[in-house]
Amino acid sequence: MAPEGTIRHFPDVCAMSACLVTYATDCMYIPPQNQMWRVPVYEIVEARPLARGIKLFVIKAPRIAKKQKPGQFVIVRLDDCGERIPLTIADANPEAGTVTIVVQAIGKTTMLLSMLEAGDSILDVVGPLGKPSEIENFGTAVIVSGSVGTAMAYPTARELKRAGNKVISIVGARSKELMVLEDEVRVVSDETHVVTDDGSYGTKGLVTDKLKEVMAAGKVDYVLAVGPVPMMRAVARMTGPEKIKTIVSLNSIMVDGTGMCGGCRVLVNDSSQFACVDGPEFDATQVNFEVLMQRNNMYREQEKMSIDRLQADPEGELDRLRRKNHKHECAAEAVGVTNE
Amino acid sequence: MSDATQTKVTHNPLPNKERTKLPRQRVPEQDAKVRAHNFQEVNLGFPPEQAHEESLRCIECPKPGCVLKCPVSVDVRAVIDLILAEDYLGAAAKVREDNALPAITGRVCPVEDQCESGCVLGKKGEPVGIAYLERFVADWERESGQFGLPKSAPPTGKKVGIIGSGPAGLACAGDLIQMGHQVHVFEALHELGGVLVYGIPEFRLPKDIVRHEIDVLRRRGVEFETNVVVGKTVTVDELTNDEGFDALFIATGAGLPRFLNVPGEHFNGIYSANEFLTRVNLMRAYRFPEYDEPLYPCKDRDVIVVGGGNTAMDAVRSALRLGASNASIYYRRTEIEMPARVEEVHHAKDEGVHFEMLVNPVEFLGDEKGNLTSVRCIRMELGEPDDSGRRSPVPIKGSEFVAPCSVAIIAAGTSANPLIQSTTPGLATTKRGYISAKDDTLATSKPGVFAGGDIVTGGATVILAMGAGRKAAKSIDDYLKGLVQIAN
Repeated sequence: MAPEGTIRHFPDVCAMSACLVTYATDCMYIPPQNQMWRVPVYEIVEARPLARGIKLFVIKAPRIAKKQKPGQFVIVRLDDCGERIPLTIADANPEAGTVTIVVQAIGKTTMLLSMLEAGDSILDVVGPLGKPSEIENFGTAVIVSGSVGTAMAYPTARELKRAGNKVISIVGARSKELMVLEDEVRVVSDETHVVTDDGSYGTKGLVTDKLKEVMAAGKVDYVLAVGPVPMMRAVARMTGPEKIKTIVSLNSIMVDGTGMCGGCRVLVNDSSQFACVDGPEFDATQVNFEVLMQRNNMYREQEKMSIDRLQADPEGELDRLRRKNHKHECAAEAVGVTNE
Repeated sequence: MSDATQTKVTHNPLPNKERTKLPRQRVPEQDAKVRAHNFQEVNLGFPPEQAHEESLRCIECPKPGCVLKCPVSVDVRAVIDLILAEDYLGAAAKVREDNALPAITGRVCPVEDQCESGCVLGKKGEPVGIAYLERFVADWERESGQFGLPKSAPPTGKKVGIIGSGPAGLACAGDLIQMGHQVHVFEALHELGGVLVYGIPEFRLPKDIVRHEIDVLRRRGVEFETNVVVGKTVTVDELTNDEGFDALFIATGAGLPRFLNVPGEHFNGIYSANEFLTRVNLMRAYRFPEYDEPLYPCKDRDVIVVGGGNTAMDAVRSALRLGASNASIYYRRTEIEMPARVEEVHHAKDEGVHFEMLVNPVEFLGDEKGNLTSVRCIRMELGEPDDSGRRSPVPIKGSEFVAPCSVAIIAAGTSANPLIQSTTPGLATTKRGYISAKDDTLATSKPGVFAGGDIVTGGATVILAMGAGRKAAKSIDDYLKGLVQIAN
């Protein structure tokens, strides 16, 4: 046990609550003033709901803000029990040192993240990861996006416009309340088409229906599709036979995001590619979407279990996260560490 | 501190003849049947009495082979004498003069090929248990809550950046801070320690031990910054040009996992050893759902691990602890050729790991959902020796068989991660994509930039990486002093 007047070094909150692991050498006691040296947390400076279940976060991350380019992503870990998940960078402000991410609450981590507000913090944000989008003047560029995919496609659309392309955006969602960043997309597009599955907004139908019309109306030189896997596959099947350069951004499951683990491997042109370092953007006609879907379902049962745990006590989980991250923040301040 | 080493009056009362008659002390271990189901440490370490008994065995060779065989040249003889003098803190400080991470190397060093292989006693009987003694003094020091920090030189005003907080980076940091330089370590992951935290499992190296060793470095003044992927978050050139680093040491480790490139390798349940171990160790997936990171279930299922190195042993023993009904090593050569440490193989066998030698997977098979169900293998026989001197395995025609398995872990080595090489103009690489560094100085083709560890050599051991870190520290110090012209 700890000697009087000392505390356990580097408290691992989870370990302390559960005490599942005890060591033969139960030691590690050091004076309180040096109790933690973790780098500081990443502060959320703005949190704004965009649509039902979709929220925008502006996060202080100066190094990433300075370096990021359209098409790249960050990996976040909410707290010291958290998983690492990739999220596409939707925007950044290098002067303010912030990056913007748009999150759809579909798993435990994204649900918990979506409960956070301005002033809260995230324990780890790392990036920018992945290769940036290829930006050049292709001619006519069509950006096809579904729901939260619009946030990921938006920065690339903006840069394509800046590079001189004629940008046609096809923005889709299941219904009106899931539509995001439509106004932003309109600003950077020469033409914007809005499509909903249920017809509650814009044209009723699928983005591929609209793409077909656009392809029939004039020459298309480049297509970027970002959204659910079936949507990206459908786009690839339409544009592939027409020999139109088509790029998709793949959302495979990742851990480290630096090429170290290979968990995000996808079959591209029948060979294994790592979405984190070789992608996330790939030539759509070469991607094996079936394998992508299969691998994305790998942890379905565990994901459900985690969601159930969260939903059993969402406020409690949120409270725990806040308390833990606040502690890290205080400790970082105490030893004079900042992330700027 | 004892001055025994200077005066050559040792604390060993026994004549040499008596010493050699003493049997090697057996280190207490967790019972194999119990430990196969938990993640607690396997080796429990010497109590002081045993450390003392084992130290008595040293015959104090005038030219100690143990020191010669140690990649970081720990003064083993002096350490042992301090143990006999019961000055355990002094012994720990003595180790720390040459080895920044004694509690770690005392656990994971392949000593049978290093210090203990140089021990004279090993020629006729069993060598002195040097690693256990090293671990003993490091653990003693940590438990005491105090430690003798080696004295640092006066500040030089020079700033050195170290890329990667694994064994090479940490060893380099320890030496540089002692030389009086300012040291800033960048780590890509959220936790410090590199392979020590993502690769080596808790039951072989408790994470608290790693944290403690890193904390010692921090107390000595080393700065650490996590979540920085050099090559992405910031480039090597930006570090030297914009952030004012006078020298850099690249120690980013082995990198990309190799797969077998056989059909079906994308099925659910097939992992690289890197991913499997990262999920289990770094992300604590063995404590899901308390920790969020999931792992494809191993409980009550057949798990195979393809490979014969230490990583394969770590993976298969982890799988066993996760409740695998059968955990097997599939290796294409025989046990003699296996690169894993003898102790690890021995531990794995005791715990119930099944060894299938001279087999090689040729295809993975799955169900309609894409979940792995079995593996088709071919039996091998040993042919002529290859470049590595090992007899190369040759498939036996018509020997194919199918074995059921739900999880397959590929531990077939790694290749170079190109993140830094591809973003650093002027940094020369080898044919295989590793960073080119001079053997004697570890200088790269870029002035002021040094590289060492697995990113230069390809996958090796913790202590070799630490040796590279120390070598780099020395030549960085020389470079900063302007003593030698390393830049070319």
